[in-house]
Amino acid sequence: MPVVSVRSVSKVFANGVQALADVSLDIEPGEFLSVLGPSGCGKSTLLRIVAGLAPPSAGTIEWPAGKTDIGFVFQEPTLMPWATALANVALPLGLGGMGRREREARAAEALAHVGLAGFERVYPRELSGGMKMRVSIARALVTAPRLLLMDEPFAALDEITRHRLNADLLALWQKTGVTVVFITHSVFESVFLSQRIAVMAARPGRIVSDLAIDAPYPRTESFRTSPDYAAHCRLVSARLGEAMAA
Amino acid sequence: MTARIVAPVVMGIVMLALWEAVVRVAVIPPYVLPGPLLVARTLIDDWGMLAPALVVTLTITLQALAAAVVVGVLLAVLFSLSRWIELSLFPYAIILQVTPIVAIAPLIIAWANDVDLSLLICAWLVAFFPILSNTVLGLRSVDRNLLALFDLYGAGRWKTLIHLRLPAALPYFLGGLRISGGLALIGAVVAEFVAGTGGSASGLAYRILEAGYQLRIPRMFAALVLISAAGIAIYLVLSLLSYLLLRRWHESAMSGEG
Repeated sequence: MPVVSVRSVSKVFANGVQALADVSLDIEPGEFLSVLGPSGCGKSTLLRIVAGLAPPSAGTIEWPAGKTDIGFVFQEPTLMPWATALANVALPLGLGGMGRREREARAAEALAHVGLAGFERVYPRELSGGMKMRVSIARALVTAPRLLLMDEPFAALDEITRHRLNADLLALWQKTGVTVVFITHSVFESVFLSQRIAVMAARPGRIVSDLAIDAPYPRTESFRTSPDYAAHCRLVSARLGEAMAA
Repeated sequence: MTARIVAPVVMGIVMLALWEAVVRVAVIPPYVLPGPLLVARTLIDDWGMLAPALVVTLTITLQALAAAVVVGVLLAVLFSLSRWIELSLFPYAIILQVTPIVAIAPLIIAWANDVDLSLLICAWLVAFFPILSNTVLGLRSVDRNLLALFDLYGAGRWKTLIHLRLPAALPYFLGGLRISGGLALIGAVVAEFVAGTGGSASGLAYRILEAGYQLRIPRMFAALVLISAAGIAIYLVLSLLSYLLLRRWHESAMSGEG
């Protein structure tokens, strides 16, 4: 039974642009799914509709096992600059009405999970881009959601930081068993991370292929240089090329 | 940093010395232009009369500023909660702002029937608009994604206001407050001038008027010095407040490399 099912979702913006046309997608529990596509193909719109942040123009989002908690990570860290790392991570718990002591204990734990123990009292502007993104991930995971939605979270980071965060994200995913939907425009990133890749085409946004990446986990840095990885990248690139030509 | 203090201080001393020299060399009589030393001596000699006047003017200024903060922030919050209230009221706030205070001060003084209250209303009218418009701008300048996040976690309007919109608006509000501090003083002084011509006020502006009638020009200058000093003090205190509230997180309060 999927965690969430996207059923024939279409989205037309107020300006008449059709962002999504008849998109259907089942997201299975515990899987790491990437949605890969060129800029402007509607992949972020799809994610926002799944999160309930925007309504679909047609079609439905179904939660066969009931609506679950969602964690959301934006392309920017999206932290409150006036709040410490700890207070930023504790925010979802506070909005849910949890008491101060307990939410701060949980937030400290979540920060430790993303490798930021000791940075509780630091303000966002004192953190590097990669560290801010770690805080953002800790905030998304602090409520222990079943579904983690990530909207090109590492696109603005340098390659070295991105590779480290890729590895740490996979470790978190394996440890927590959370279902991840990861939006990206990078073939390499999607192949490294995912069990499954949904390739989208633009104008209107639609899913044109659904590929399994059957390489075993844990995937380490040596996977990035393996022939297996290269073969997968070649295949996914070809599908993306077809999608962009279509 | 030292240059930022030394340069204006040296400039000030040079200008004052030049002023004193011109007054002495050209033998300008004090009722035309008193030298700075005479102004300083008048300030000390007349302190017993000027200090209570300063207290009166400062009291009205600070009361007006406090009222401007309360009304400005409350209105801004109302505007942010309801588009209709904003559409209905904002034009009138602008009308109040653009109407010259000297023009409506006599009306207010006539209606209020109480000098202190009418001065307070005048000073408040001048001071509240920067706080209102800046806070409205701040409440709206919230990161769209943070709003989406609050939405995602089911925070209602109220929690979003308290935990997101108000903190985000704080730097804007403080910017407005610094402008309003000076304006409240100007409003109080202008209103006192208008009320003073009716012979019923006791603040610094009234002392200036009175000294003018009596041709006590050094006392006029001394009162003027006090008004300027009060304005500078208000600005410095509000700047310090702003720095203290923002230094941990806002770019405007960063000293070079954080």
